[in-house]
Amino acid sequence: MSGAFIIETIIKILIVLGLFSALAGFATYVERKVLAFMQRRLGPMHVGPYGILQVLADGIKLFTKEDFVPQNAVKSIFKIAPVITAATAFMAMAAIPMFPEFTIGGYTVRPIISDINVGLLYVLGVMAVGMYGPLLAGMASGNKWSLIGAARTTIQLLSFEIVTGLSVLAPLMMVGSLSLIDINNYQSGGMENWIIWSQPVAFVLFLIAGFAETNRTPFDLLEHEAEVVSGYATEYSGMRWGMFFIGEYANLFTVSFLVSIIFLGGFNDWGFIPGAIAILLKVFFFIFLFLWTRAAWPHIRPDQLMWLCWKVLMPVALINIVITGIVLMI
Amino acid sequence: MIEAIAFYTFATLTIAMFTITVMSKNALYAMSALAAGMIFISGFFFLLDADFLGVVQIIVYTGAVMALYAFGMMFFDSTKDVKENNTSNKVVFLLSGMSALLLVVIFVAPIISDKVQALYPMKEGIGNAEAVGIVLFTKYLVPFEVAAVMLLVAMISGIIMASKRMDESLTLKDDDEIQEKAVQ
Repeated sequence: MSGAFIIETIIKILIVLGLFSALAGFATYVERKVLAFMQRRLGPMHVGPYGILQVLADGIKLFTKEDFVPQNAVKSIFKIAPVITAATAFMAMAAIPMFPEFTIGGYTVRPIISDINVGLLYVLGVMAVGMYGPLLAGMASGNKWSLIGAARTTIQLLSFEIVTGLSVLAPLMMVGSLSLIDINNYQSGGMENWIIWSQPVAFVLFLIAGFAETNRTPFDLLEHEAEVVSGYATEYSGMRWGMFFIGEYANLFTVSFLVSIIFLGGFNDWGFIPGAIAILLKVFFFIFLFLWTRAAWPHIRPDQLMWLCWKVLMPVALINIVITGIVLMI
Repeated sequence: MIEAIAFYTFATLTIAMFTITVMSKNALYAMSALAAGMIFISGFFFLLDADFLGVVQIIVYTGAVMALYAFGMMFFDSTKDVKENNTSNKVVFLLSGMSALLLVVIFVAPIISDKVQALYPMKEGIGNAEAVGIVLFTKYLVPFEVAAVMLLVAMISGIIMASKRMDESLTLKDDDEIQEKAVQ
């Protein structure tokens, strides 16, 4: 391992951490604006032009709030739970190739922190570990609403994880590699080579599972305001609460990158649009889709989630795999 | 150098986590330490360039320990300490001492006899997942299929045990009907 490699990796890690923390904060502002637009309101308007400095104001508020730990909570677990959510969200990004390779002053930069050959599995696995954050938070809080939130985390993880894995299996059988770079290169021949055209069912299933994985509406049972106050986050305040949200929005970006790379041609050139801008367009479309769904759909009940995952999505994913296998053999 | 540092870090962390799992009286501490230890073990796989197995370790144990949490949630108040009643300290010390001795013998014996060698060394140009697949579907095909059948048996029996009253749904009933059931 050369010194240049270590320095390059550290710089990449710092860029990913800084950029996505800032983007996560900004996404909260965009979310409020988009929701307001859909509900014919104005949204945040008072801090700065069009309320754009609202993010900063929220940040100051979160940092200066009292760090409160309930008396009957299991203290150390209560404190470590938000860190798990935030840390795993950023760890998952280590194996995602964000952009095509580019050269600065004769030095080729590959915008991926660690190119392991099982990148996709790694990202999905680490994102699933992120569910330990809400689980531990809910169980350690010493609050019944939190405990219900934790129980819902368990059923959510056990329900969606199998759908995520099975739905992504069919495209993987076509590509024959778990590396996200290989998956991207497989679709390099232009728009008609995108995997979405040959695997539309897998695309829809993976997107639905992505909503469950990031706790977005209609699957945000963990902190369902109308039912369980704030679920696992009921007892949290200040920066610990903020870390849950940084993790959630970072996961939003991870899932958007994953869907874009696996199904929509990733960072290949899209007609006249260069690859780097093409993937940004796709990612921001999916971020908008997440927000749009939140404005348009009601929550669902936990038993409906389990019914959907185990009785509808899983059989469909299995049939999709069998059909893909038969087609590949012929 | 970096490998050595990483190995000793992960080794210390894993041992510390499993020590907490055994020693702690709080169910929540024990289970969290178990989950953390299982995930730290995957670090060793990554250090040995067995990326696939490392990731599988993370994915499998995330789900498995999560199911354990679900049981913990149902059976204990996880914020309180569990009272353990040891009937005899002698038996505990004897058993743990013997298993520790056995583990040391198991791990030291190959080092002394210097016969540690890879039976299926990695070949150039074959990825991790492919290498595992080749071994599974040639040399170890029969154990693999037997394991699959056993899992199927376990799954079917699990469904039968759980589905005794699956045609009734509590959420679709009125409170009165549930009360009547409870009286019966």
